[in-house]
Amino acid sequence: MSIFYENREIVTPGDLLAEGEFEAGRNAYKIDSKIYACKLGLVEYKGKTVHVVALNTFYVPSVGDTVIGKIIEINLHGWTVDIDSPYLATLRPTETFNKSYNPQKNELSEFLNIGDLIQAKIIAYDRTRNPLLTIKEPGLGKITRGQIIKVSPAKIPRIIGRKGSMINMLKRETRCNIIVGQNGLIHIYGRNPEDERIAVLAIKKIELEAHTSGLTDRIAEMIRKERRGMV
Amino acid sequence: MKEKIRLVDDSGIRTDGRKPDELRPIKLEAGVLSNADGSAYIEQGKNKILAAVYGPREVHPRHLALPDRALLRCRYHMAPFSVQERKSPAPSRREIELSKVIRESLEPAIFLERFPRTAIDLFIEVLQADGGTRVAGITAASLALADAGIPMKDMVAACAAGKADGHILLDLNDLEDKEGEADVPVAYMPSINRVGLLQMDGQLTPEEFEKAFNLAIEGCKRIYALQKEALKAKYLAIKEAVEEAGQK
Amino acid sequence: MTNVTISRIRQKQIAQLLSSGKRLDGRGLLDYRPIQIETGIIEKAEGSARVRLGKTEVVVGVKIEIGEPFPDRPDEGVLTTNAEFVPLASPEFEAGPPTEDSVELARVVDRGIRESKAIDLKKLCIIPGKKVFIVFIDIYVLNHDGNLIDASALAALAALTNTKIFKYEVKDGEVKIKPGFKDLPLINYPVAITLADIDGNLIVDPWLDEEEIMNARLTISFDKDGKICAMQKGGSGTLSPQQIIEAIKIAKEKSEELRGLVVKKNG
Repeated sequence: MSIFYENREIVTPGDLLAEGEFEAGRNAYKIDSKIYACKLGLVEYKGKTVHVVALNTFYVPSVGDTVIGKIIEINLHGWTVDIDSPYLATLRPTETFNKSYNPQKNELSEFLNIGDLIQAKIIAYDRTRNPLLTIKEPGLGKITRGQIIKVSPAKIPRIIGRKGSMINMLKRETRCNIIVGQNGLIHIYGRNPEDERIAVLAIKKIELEAHTSGLTDRIAEMIRKERRGMV
Repeated sequence: MKEKIRLVDDSGIRTDGRKPDELRPIKLEAGVLSNADGSAYIEQGKNKILAAVYGPREVHPRHLALPDRALLRCRYHMAPFSVQERKSPAPSRREIELSKVIRESLEPAIFLERFPRTAIDLFIEVLQADGGTRVAGITAASLALADAGIPMKDMVAACAAGKADGHILLDLNDLEDKEGEADVPVAYMPSINRVGLLQMDGQLTPEEFEKAFNLAIEGCKRIYALQKEALKAKYLAIKEAVEEAGQK
Repeated sequence: MTNVTISRIRQKQIAQLLSSGKRLDGRGLLDYRPIQIETGIIEKAEGSARVRLGKTEVVVGVKIEIGEPFPDRPDEGVLTTNAEFVPLASPEFEAGPPTEDSVELARVVDRGIRESKAIDLKKLCIIPGKKVFIVFIDIYVLNHDGNLIDASALAALAALTNTKIFKYEVKDGEVKIKPGFKDLPLINYPVAITLADIDGNLIVDPWLDEEEIMNARLTISFDKDGKICAMQKGGSGTLSPQQIIEAIKIAKEKSEELRGLVVKKNG
């Protein structure tokens, strides 16, 4: 049994991470008794499991995730939603018309039109069919104000932080409402454009420095500095 | 009659000053195009090549989608100005063949089965050609795939070896490629010891081939190290900058 | 019924048999299917041959025309190779522009002939820089049951061995065709040997079902002196370096066997 890297060291696809009685965790794979990395990331040895925390990745849908998407097509089956993933998502007409939906009578575009942004939740997805969305729960639905920024989905856990520490600090310090889509799209709306500007700046900095330590303190300090600069 | 050019001098030095087993200078960079999901740029000698990856994404036209894995599509293309005499931008038979063998060298590296019904589109544009564009293209393409965050078994490193003036040489330049006796391009996954591309033209005895092939593998291993460096570079630079700032 | 996808049970059967050194059609791992070669089958072509490799069937026609040389090789004839996947040969073939596979086939066959310098192209020069013979090799796949490369390369070689070029004379810078023919100056005999890797076993001459399940294939062309003159790995899998060295040993031996079939036929 041997490991070949320090915990949190940067590894690349094909790097031999461990040999012996280990299991391949996230972004790792196993051939015989060898564990290899399959993405660029930080290696994490957790007991007998070897993970790679990816530094760059795209969003793969998962049931229960909140995502932000854009309506790109309307047809008889409902709305097609681009959720910035390999698969387009579907929002069914019954989401808004309940059981009374009549394709000949109801005009879907009156409710959600092409180009509209929505906040939605994934309720079904199994790889053989495209992910299915809902907007029926509280807080979900059409996005009408604020701004949207895009970050790598790999950085989302860091933006939320342990038990929400980072995102709570961000909301408090920037006085903005921030909704994080697991697909890397983030919706920010504040009381004024300056608050939103600072929130965007902070999130961009987290994205860039996600793989470094002491980040929460640095971000809080940055936000305070920006505010002072304004005065 | 054209005079025969000497490609290797009496002390074993090549026309560009290299030793027989020496690579040309290589510059590799990942993440060079903002629109692509992954991208890379390589300079190897006077080769200048861009690679970009889009996907996994919806397949168009939809009937091409595969039920059990992602479809990898690859286009190797040379810019009209990349060579001495202008090349027609329409894909030549050579480019069609190279697109195929390049794709076949990368397919085995990717976990395609994880993304059924999607397409991964790979574009290789040769901006300037200087011999060995297919292997340099693969080296860059593999880096672009990793930059896109596509799960891979290993990075694919590629390099050619060949024979000129009776010598077995690593990484042939344009002149050695055109005037030499044989060219052996190889793509290799060093970590798992597998060959994904192998071609040859020219004339070699089986013994000479083995020597050239082993030399090409050795070249791939050196290029592999450069690929890893290039992939990590951006993140290491940020980490260092942050740590330095923290110490102040 | 198409045979595009072979059943999993068949795949398993093929792989299991291979690991015990046998093949579904009774061949050994390093045996070719029965090979039939006929030459001179198309009277209107300057050279032609039909090769049957098991159920795979390929016709090659060689046409000779007078044309201009390439500017960088003013004193050499021109060789050009093309392959057609005729729709009647397989449910998978469609009429239309050349596919990736047909382009690859033509280029691999061409490479073997060109790199072994099989045709003495200098002897095909009529007026340097102006007029040369152009040799058109057209590969016509009539039935696809696997290993098109070896069948096509063999048919091309057989067709070249019986290719005639017309006699001519040059008068006042003009080329005049004279009655009678002479042999194409053929000075080397390249043969392509294709091996496939299935579950780590190397086999020669894969037929269609084996091609469906193979990891990868490797084609190695040898000239008459036992030198390698072209190679091509194909398929979406990989080979180990050891397998490649092993494949060359096997292919060298096999190439002599196959060359014997063509050279014997033509004395």
